[in-house]
Amino acid sequence: MAAEALGWWGVPLAIAAGTMRGGTPFLFVSLGECLTEKSGKINLGLEGTLLMGAMSAYAISYLTGSPWLGVLVAGIAGVFLGLIHGWLSQQPRVNDVAVGIAMIVFGSGLAFFLGKPFIQPSAPQLATINLAAAGAPPALQSALQISPLFLLGVAIAPFLHWFFKSTRWGLFIRAVGDSPDAARAMGLSIFNVRMLSVVAGSFLAGIGGASLSLYYPGVWTERISSGQGLMAVALVIFARWNPIQCLWASLLFGGAQALGPALQSVGIEQGYYLFNAAPYILTLIIMIITCSPKRTLTGVPGALGTDN
Amino acid sequence: MTTVTSRPTTVELEKPPELEVLNMTKQFGSLVALDNVSLHLKPGTFHALLGENGAGKSTLVKCIMGFYMPTSGKVLIDKQTQTIASPRDAHKYGIGMVYQHFTSVPAMTVAENLVLSRYDSANVINWQREYEQLQTFMDTAPFQVPLDVPIAQLAAGQKQKLEILKQLYLKSKILILDEPTSVLTPGEADEVLGLIREEVTAGKLSVLMISHKFREVTAFVDEVTVLRKGKFAGHGFVKDLSVADMAEMMMGERREPNPVEKTIHPDPKAVLEIKEIHANKDNGIEAVCGVSLTVHSGEIVGIAGISGNGQRELVEVLAGQRVATSGQIVVSGSPYRATRAEMFKHKVFALPEEPLRNACVPHMTVAENMALRTFDRTPQSHGVLLILKAIRQMAQGLIQQFSVKTPSPETPISNLSGGNVQRAVLARELSAQHINLLIAANPCFGLDFAAVEFIHDQIVAARNQGVAVLLVSEDLDELLKLSDRIMVISGGEFVYESSIAEADFAAIGRSMAGH
Repeated sequence: MAAEALGWWGVPLAIAAGTMRGGTPFLFVSLGECLTEKSGKINLGLEGTLLMGAMSAYAISYLTGSPWLGVLVAGIAGVFLGLIHGWLSQQPRVNDVAVGIAMIVFGSGLAFFLGKPFIQPSAPQLATINLAAAGAPPALQSALQISPLFLLGVAIAPFLHWFFKSTRWGLFIRAVGDSPDAARAMGLSIFNVRMLSVVAGSFLAGIGGASLSLYYPGVWTERISSGQGLMAVALVIFARWNPIQCLWASLLFGGAQALGPALQSVGIEQGYYLFNAAPYILTLIIMIITCSPKRTLTGVPGALGTDN
Repeated sequence: MTTVTSRPTTVELEKPPELEVLNMTKQFGSLVALDNVSLHLKPGTFHALLGENGAGKSTLVKCIMGFYMPTSGKVLIDKQTQTIASPRDAHKYGIGMVYQHFTSVPAMTVAENLVLSRYDSANVINWQREYEQLQTFMDTAPFQVPLDVPIAQLAAGQKQKLEILKQLYLKSKILILDEPTSVLTPGEADEVLGLIREEVTAGKLSVLMISHKFREVTAFVDEVTVLRKGKFAGHGFVKDLSVADMAEMMMGERREPNPVEKTIHPDPKAVLEIKEIHANKDNGIEAVCGVSLTVHSGEIVGIAGISGNGQRELVEVLAGQRVATSGQIVVSGSPYRATRAEMFKHKVFALPEEPLRNACVPHMTVAENMALRTFDRTPQSHGVLLILKAIRQMAQGLIQQFSVKTPSPETPISNLSGGNVQRAVLARELSAQHINLLIAANPCFGLDFAAVEFIHDQIVAARNQGVAVLLVSEDLDELLKLSDRIMVISGGEFVYESSIAEADFAAIGRSMAGH
């Protein structure tokens, strides 16, 4: 609706705004998954973590009136699910992918169960930063409302890049993910390093959930995540396990997601569902482009998803 | 004398400590892996630990390094009893180990690996300062490795050098080397060991080296300690011992290496013809750049080369594990695409490297793995039904014939030791009535003398019966012993070819190194 007054100019504007809004959960989940996968574990359960984060952020914000407390609790809910995944997936003869799928079902089931009472009430939302001048058209103003969570995510990406390159802990995580034998020879505890990576990754994914329910779309419903947690896993592959590229990839996915609503707002109703499917189609295309039987991926952690 | 006494502190710091192991025993449950073994590593000496596979060499050094807690016995450093509970403790006493398998992280650069190996590095790494310090260290080190290259791009020789450099960087004074030259060419091995020898002669290092290769022991080592079946079997100075003496201590009986007897095969026919094969590596870069080759019946053609020069990809193409980007393979006159039907029709058999990964289903039993070639044919199957009894009987026969040590034919093959997996695969591949072509890649990697000799005999026996053999190996001695014709692959192309009678060791070494 906001874009209507601007006519066709509203489409790129809505996509730009959608890129920042819709990209935020992708950004947090993909950074979390990037951190987890760098240590050699896959956490598909971040879809469940995202829902759990969205629900707990919304509930806490509604109950206490403080959306920032909601964000924190969303992260803590993520930590809780991360502990389960980190422990379970490192037991002998347990496969990360199977545990991850179980954790999707568990996390989303728990979120739906606990979140039932919070579907109706409206919770206080996170304050946004307005970039547009006061005199600008209202459409422009609403498009340029930027969430502090988005800025936080944008800051975390280069931080994570630096962390992997220039800190002892970053090198430990990469060593464990690339060559557990080498890490063991250095006297590292594979279990602890992976546990901490999974938990920290889940913390970030939980915050991604908070950005769904407290920023955009800013409600709590059971369909709120619509598979974004799983798409974020594909996105990490697309980004070659590089946090900076995770940022660009998240923006691309966020933009693709905004395509449908943006076209709808200028009156294009035909193919609406098709445009809404853009992120899913993008996921498939990326999978087809990046997966080839003849080539191995560059940047993939050597021990990703293996049993040792 | 006066100069030494005037600066005693620096001399003390430079000197490696004395290491003694007294009456060490290590039991794993009821198995006694190490039985009352003692060893004395004098400062500034090069000491070799000899023994066959399973003799307890690795157990002994792992006890010294603190990986295992010995059941009894003690370690003395400079005459003081010390408890070493972890590799970190060992590092404290200046003991560092270079493992048989590389322990560097492949995706990281040399600099990152060196910094990571330090126990005391700061939480935040100042790369500029680290680079300066690493460069200073490299300038004084016996050999150099480029700092900003990822490990995955280093050749095997450079990786091995890095592993040793890592210990020098950690200021280890006693180096324990576990078969350090198993992945190196003879030239590289001589270079690395020679440079270490210089450090030892200068009194800066003591070395304890686990080795299988007498050539290296006689060339570089001062003293040997020999283990046999977990027990101390002998000790002596290399200058007083002959190779036969050392072999006798290791095996408990005098055994001369028996020369292979080759018979000349009448009427050789071209069995395998490779025409202009190109193939890519996993990352899409070309690894095999147009090679052509013919192997005749009753002939062993050896392919030498440093690993990573395309021989792995070539073998994978021949074994049907990789698709060639162009070129043609012809077996017995007809095009060959390595399908199961073609393998059966032309009687093509393969002994790939890392057999557990490339030629076995690890979780299946020994009997099932031995039947992988034949389970879908009579007498092992009847229509769609498998005749399990026939499979089991065949396996029992092969286990006996090839002396595979397995608790039963029903044991998962991954539970067997490397040498026995190799034997089981060899049994499967050589048991057929008629064999036309055998493709073998590093068939003896990491095996002990007895197993190596057995496999060599089997390959030569096959050749003498008229089988065409393509042997790809990183062990030049093996190739020179077995081959009738030898070729060198470098950068994905054949750069040298000669019959074995005219083969020039130095020229082969040079072409392997790409000169």
